[in-house]
Amino acid sequence: MAQSNNSIKKILTVAFALCIVCSVIVSTAAVALRPLQQLNQELDRKTNILSVANLYEPGMDVEAEFEKITARVVDLRTGEYTDEFDPETFDSFEAARDPATGRTLSGDRDIAGLSRVENYSTVYLVGDPDDPEQVILPIRGQGLWGLMRGYISLEGDGNTFVGITYYEHSETPGLGAEVNNPRWQALWDGKKVFADEESLQPAISLVKGGASEATEVDALAGATLTSRGVTNMLQFWLSPEGFGEYLARFRSEVSPDEAQDATVELESEGA
Amino acid sequence: MSAATPKGVLTTPIFKNNPIALQILGICSALAVTTSMSVSLVMTLAVIFVTAFSNLFVSLIRQHIPSSIRIIVQMTIIASLVIVVDQILKAFAYEISKQLSVFVGLIITNCIVMGRAEGFAMTNPPKLAFLDGIGNGLGYGFILMTVGFIRELFGAGNVFGFTVLQPVQDGGWYVPNGLLLLPPSAFFIIGLIIWALRETHPEQVEENEFKMKENSQPKEAV
Repeated sequence: MAQSNNSIKKILTVAFALCIVCSVIVSTAAVALRPLQQLNQELDRKTNILSVANLYEPGMDVEAEFEKITARVVDLRTGEYTDEFDPETFDSFEAARDPATGRTLSGDRDIAGLSRVENYSTVYLVGDPDDPEQVILPIRGQGLWGLMRGYISLEGDGNTFVGITYYEHSETPGLGAEVNNPRWQALWDGKKVFADEESLQPAISLVKGGASEATEVDALAGATLTSRGVTNMLQFWLSPEGFGEYLARFRSEVSPDEAQDATVELESEGA
Repeated sequence: MSAATPKGVLTTPIFKNNPIALQILGICSALAVTTSMSVSLVMTLAVIFVTAFSNLFVSLIRQHIPSSIRIIVQMTIIASLVIVVDQILKAFAYEISKQLSVFVGLIITNCIVMGRAEGFAMTNPPKLAFLDGIGNGLGYGFILMTVGFIRELFGAGNVFGFTVLQPVQDGGWYVPNGLLLLPPSAFFIIGLIIWALRETHPEQVEENEFKMKENSQPKEAV
């Protein structure tokens, strides 16, 4: 038997049959489970978006809470919404690679280390889409070990931080990976993107040795390069290269809105 | 190993012939996935599933495996099973599969699985091989759960995610031992488990291969 087992014909037959059987099993499992996996990924993405907006609590019905959030695709060059793409299926990562929807960044403009960036991006609006309570923006950029992808959430004035979270990164556990430490994330609440009303260049940055300004956040201890990566990607995505044009519409709306609120208050006092 | 009995192959790997503690196999994943008990449990179940079924399938076709490609054949079976496990985890336990990340895929290279397929399943009937796979998976899981329990309890104050020792940062009294959350601590704990096992099962103590001569007197040394 040992003899016949080692004949070339037998070896080929066994190898071939085994490969066929195994590949059928593996592909059946992959195909049959794909819908469930996609559902999980979608749920995970939504959970991340909710948690950056401080709306997430463990055990909640994510789908129901997500009803409050509207996704829109924005043309980053003009800052206008576009209906060219469906926000449900639009993939900004793919868009960056496609010459029709992305552009190449060169040299000193590429501070986040992206090399290509998309012209359109999906944003998530909490509450009334015309006058949102919060605007959630996707960000990405190089950390120490690789690409970090996450979300930031700004208040309706387009200037005040609510939170930051990363859903994909490969930073060092215990050091750079502390970007997802809730205590560090809590530091972002109320921080400002821009130093003053007029400036278009974001001032937000991570600083060592204690943050003193409204545009400064404590850097991560022992993770200089990760902190630098976070600063760079925020500087990039919040500048006119990224969401700057889009954010301008919220910032210009700030003053009239406040004025309106003030009028309402005066009226109610008068009555 | 003498004649294998169904009960014997199922229980001996837990204490008497533990794959981690006696054979020192599968240490890498034992260091990585034992920071919390729920992750350890899922990893244990995954390894039990893979060892049991790879043993079963290898044993089923053992008469037909040409000896020149037997390792490749075993690897193909193991790898297919691991991919299936990975897909199932991603579909039904997404959070935990994210925490296990690369270590599910690395079950393929876990020496326990390969060792049992080559060392036991190739020469034993399917039913016995299947039980042997479960037994070795349980032995692996026993160490994993013990290490996971110690690391999670003293490193984070939790057991299966439920707070037992209220940590200081949440207003309690317990100061968590950060070292236990880092991989080296699992080395120490596994070392202590091996020590304890060899105290209770003296036959596990290996013979001293390098016997040192009696200490020389100061005069001789000069």
